[in-house]
Order: sequence, then C-alpha cells, then structure tokens
Amino acid sequence: MLKAEQVSVRYGERTVVDGLSFSLGEGQWLMLAGPNGAGKSTLIRAITQGVPYTGRIELMGRDVRACRPAQLAQQIGVLAQQHSVSYAYTVEEIVRLGRYAHAQGFLSGRDPEGDALVEQALEMTGMTALRHASVLTLSGGELQRAFLAQVFAQNPRVLLLDEPANHLDLGYQKHIFSLIGRWLSQPGRAVLSVVHDLSLARRYGTHAVLMDGGRCVARGTMEETLTPENLARVYGMDVGGWMRELLGQWA
Amino acid sequence: MKSKSDRLSPGALALLVLVLAGAMLLCICVGSVSISPADTLRVLLCALLRRPMPEGVSANIILNVRLPRVVNVALVGAALSLCGAAMQGLLRNPLADGSTLGVSSGASLGAVLALALDVTLPGTAFGGTMLLAMIFAFLSLMLILALAYALDRSLATNSIILIGVIFSMFASSVMSLIISFSGDKLRSITFWTMGSLSGTGFAHARVLAAALLVCGAVVLAHARELNAMAIGEDDARHVGVNVRRVKLTLMIAVSVLIGVCVSVGGTIGFVGLVVPHMARMIVGPNHGRLLPASMLAGAIFLLLCDLIARTLLRPIELSIGVVTSLVGAVAFVLIFYRTRRAARC
Repeated sequence: MLKAEQVSVRYGERTVVDGLSFSLGEGQWLMLAGPNGAGKSTLIRAITQGVPYTGRIELMGRDVRACRPAQLAQQIGVLAQQHSVSYAYTVEEIVRLGRYAHAQGFLSGRDPEGDALVEQALEMTGMTALRHASVLTLSGGELQRAFLAQVFAQNPRVLLLDEPANHLDLGYQKHIFSLIGRWLSQPGRAVLSVVHDLSLARRYGTHAVLMDGGRCVARGTMEETLTPENLARVYGMDVGGWMRELLGQWA
Repeated sequence: MKSKSDRLSPGALALLVLVLAGAMLLCICVGSVSISPADTLRVLLCALLRRPMPEGVSANIILNVRLPRVVNVALVGAALSLCGAAMQGLLRNPLADGSTLGVSSGASLGAVLALALDVTLPGTAFGGTMLLAMIFAFLSLMLILALAYALDRSLATNSIILIGVIFSMFASSVMSLIISFSGDKLRSITFWTMGSLSGTGFAHARVLAAALLVCGAVVLAHARELNAMAIGEDDARHVGVNVRRVKLTLMIAVSVLIGVCVSVGGTIGFVGLVVPHMARMIVGPNHGRLLPASMLAGAIFLLLCDLIARTLLRPIELSIGVVTSLVGAVAFVLIFYRTRRAARC
C-alpha cells in the first residue's frame, strides 16, 4: 500500500534521513524504531509532503508528489503526539474536520457518509459524551482520543502515527493502541507507527524498521529486526537485559 | 443533542441585520441637526423610489452628507472586522488583526506620501491617496512574503508575524520622517493618520463595496480552511488543506481590503482586534458562524464609535480612530480578563 525507495531528507548540510527504503502491505503494522534523532518523525513528514525529499514514495502505486493535499488526506490519516488547538472548538467540530478532504468546496455542506463516520468515530473512541465539550478543557488523553476520532472519521487506508502515546498514562496507552488494533483489523488498512517503547512495538507491531542516524539498520518481521544484536548496535546497550531488569521488579 | 451548525442561524443573522439597520438609522438621525427617524425613512424611501422629496425635511443632509458617511463607516467596520477574524484564525493568534501583517502600515505610508506630495488623480478628490495606499499595501505584502520566504520556504506563520511587525516599525519611522518635513500639511496628515471618515462620499462607498464583495467572498469561502488552521498547520495539512495556497489567498484578500479601508478612512485601530473576540464569545470559534457575525458586528461597532466621535464633544468632532482605540482598549481588557477567568474555572 505504501512504498518508499531511497528516500533522503536534508536540513541544510545535515542529512536526517539517508536513502531509506521500506514497504507497507495490507494488514501490516510497521513500527519505526530507533534512538532520538534517528529520522523517524522526519520520515513521516516526508510521506505527508511536510518536508522536501529525494527518492520516491508511492501510495497505492502512485507517486505521492503528484497527489494534491486533499487526495493524500483521503488515503492517509496522521496522528501526531501532541496537538495545540487555538480556540474553544468542540470535540465534534474537531472530529468533523476529518471530513474536510471528502467534502471540499464552497457549496459542499452535505456529507451524509461523513455524518455516519463521525458518529462511529466518536463512539469508537468513547468521546460521544464529550462531543459538545470544548477541546481546551480536555485532558491529554481525551484530546488524543478526540484527534484519533478525527483520523477515524477521515476514513483513510493508511494510518501514520508519530509516537501517539508518548505523553499518555498506561491506561490511555493501552486504550489508544487497542483502538488502533481494532481499526487495523478491517480489510484494506495498514499502520505505520513511530515508537520509542519497544514493548509496545513488540506487542502490537507485525513488522519493524530499525533506524539510526537516518539510515536503516534492519527491517523485516519483529523477530528479524528487533534482535539483541541490532538493538545493542543502535542503542549501545543490552536492551533485553534492561527490560528484564525493569520487569523483574514486578515479579 | 444536536450540534451547532457550521453556519450562522437565520434568527441570529436576522437579529444582527436588524440591529445594523437600527444603528444606521440612528447615525443618520443624530447630528448637529436632529432629524426624526420617520422623516429619515420617508426621505430614504422617496430617494429609493425616485419620488419627489417631502417638504420641510433636510433631504440634502440625509442623502448627501450623512447617508454616504454612514454607509462608508459600516463598510469599513465590516471589512476591518472580517480581516481581523480571518487573520486571528489564519495566524492562530488572538492578538492578530488586519494590521499584523504590516500591510496596514504600508498602506498608511503610501497615503501619507500622497498627502505630503499632493499626488492627485485627474477628476477625483481622493484618487491619489487611494491609489498610492493600495499600491503600497500590495508592495508591502509582496516584500513581507518575499522576506518570509527567504527566511523559511514553508512561509511559517511566526516568520510572517515577525517580519510584519518589523516592517510596521520601519514604515512608521518613514512616516514620521515624512511628517517632520510636511510643513503646512502637518495638520491634515496627522488627522488622517488618526482615522476619519468625515467627508467621504458615495464614490468611496462604491470602491469599498466592490472590495468587500470580492475579497469578502474569498474570505468567507475559506471558513472551513480557517477552522482547520486552528489545529495547527501540520494537522491542517494532514486533513487535506493546501496550507500554502490558503495562506497566500487569504493574505492577498485581507491586504487588498486593508489597503482600501486605510486609503478611505486612515488608520482605524482595534476594530479588527476587538470585534472578532466579541463575536467569538457569542457565536463560538467556528469560522462558518464567526466570519459573518464579525462582519455585521464590526459594522455596528464602528457606526456607534462614529456616532460618539461626532456627538461627544459637539461641535468638535473627534477622530474615529481615537474613539475606537479608547473603546476598543477597554473592551479588550474586559474580554481578556473574562476569557482568562473562564479558562481558570
């Protein structure tokens, strides 16, 4: 569904992503892992045309450079780790923005399919009761669920997640990842996710790309990619040992 | 429970139009010569139906002095408020208004230059000022965008605001320099920079109406994009908004409107800042409701300010810009405190 070939991104003299290639197929949840500054979030920005890049990114076989923003948004939904809303919009108004790409133009007030999708998204994320609440009054977890509902209402085929649970407590982390897992279980969908928490990556991912310094260190299934050797090379430590030590405290 | 619509309800729209009509009637009736509302309506109706004017009524004052001024005030108020609401949404900054871009200062510089150098267009009393104000408004926008683009290819909002503020300060300095050497024109230039719509006629109204019709329609057509911009430029792009195109289109539309307003009425501050805040408190932040509400409320606000300017120290007429700044500053502080208190609760 999504394919990147030799993608590179430069900020001035610095190469942030260096000749990265990967492919994402239907039903897959690809985890982009690696230390800070590895270029994971920049890669997401390149896919959404947020930064200039060299190489080629294809969505359903079509070069994304040739897509208008609205065409891209009909296929790709993005959930960022943080959101800032300037004014007191209601949760429902924020969720409805997800329908922008499907009901564009001055006279396009009606979007019957969209109404049903907005209702469904609010229900899926448990935000129906808060639909008239101002987003300025929501907790971090509620705000993230509101934006997840917006992405669900957008009805994309590919979901890009940039550390979606970074600032959330454990309960919300589990909730958000479970919701995305349920969304992915429908046919014709795929997820690409930037993660720092390797336990979450192992629990939910089907495939992984391990990055370091903008380059791909390993890619494949979770078992093939997140090996002790690869992780030690990227993080400079015994990741498995550290995890076991942490989890051992709960034994 | 049904959600609020993306459009202003017919009831709210009718109420605002009714209040606007009432404010316009009041402004025509009140002045150095008081005219009753009934007589005013009769004269307006006769003029509209091209019938002979009723006797004993100062039709000349109503039709040739007060009506054009009231129409101009309403159009400038509507335009400035619409620009303010659009810029606050586009730049995601509640302190933004039409002047944040620096275009207002650019237009003022052009107009001051025209006044100081006696630039005129044959056959018009105000053509030179208007022409130079509009040219300078457009050149200012181009310069600001070019500098912002050189700094940051994505035309980031912060770059535009920063360069706009710097450009405004530069334009103000040049204006001060021109005023210092303006000699006998000092008084007229100073009064113009404080803002005034006295002496404006239907010729001004035609230009204002045309600009508001075209640029206002462009702004109103981008209500959904402005809503999307409120969640941030990246998130707006993610839902499908062509952020760069929307920014450029809206900034050009706002600049043209500001240029025309400044060329007609001088610098009239606070309207574009305060009125959208007031409107937002009543109709909410959704631009589908906010933009038309701001337009109508802006017209009403400026009409009442003009009434105060004409009548408070009669027979001396105050500059409308002085009144809007005084009223606007107090209103803004009250709104600001109320909003902050509400946010803490």
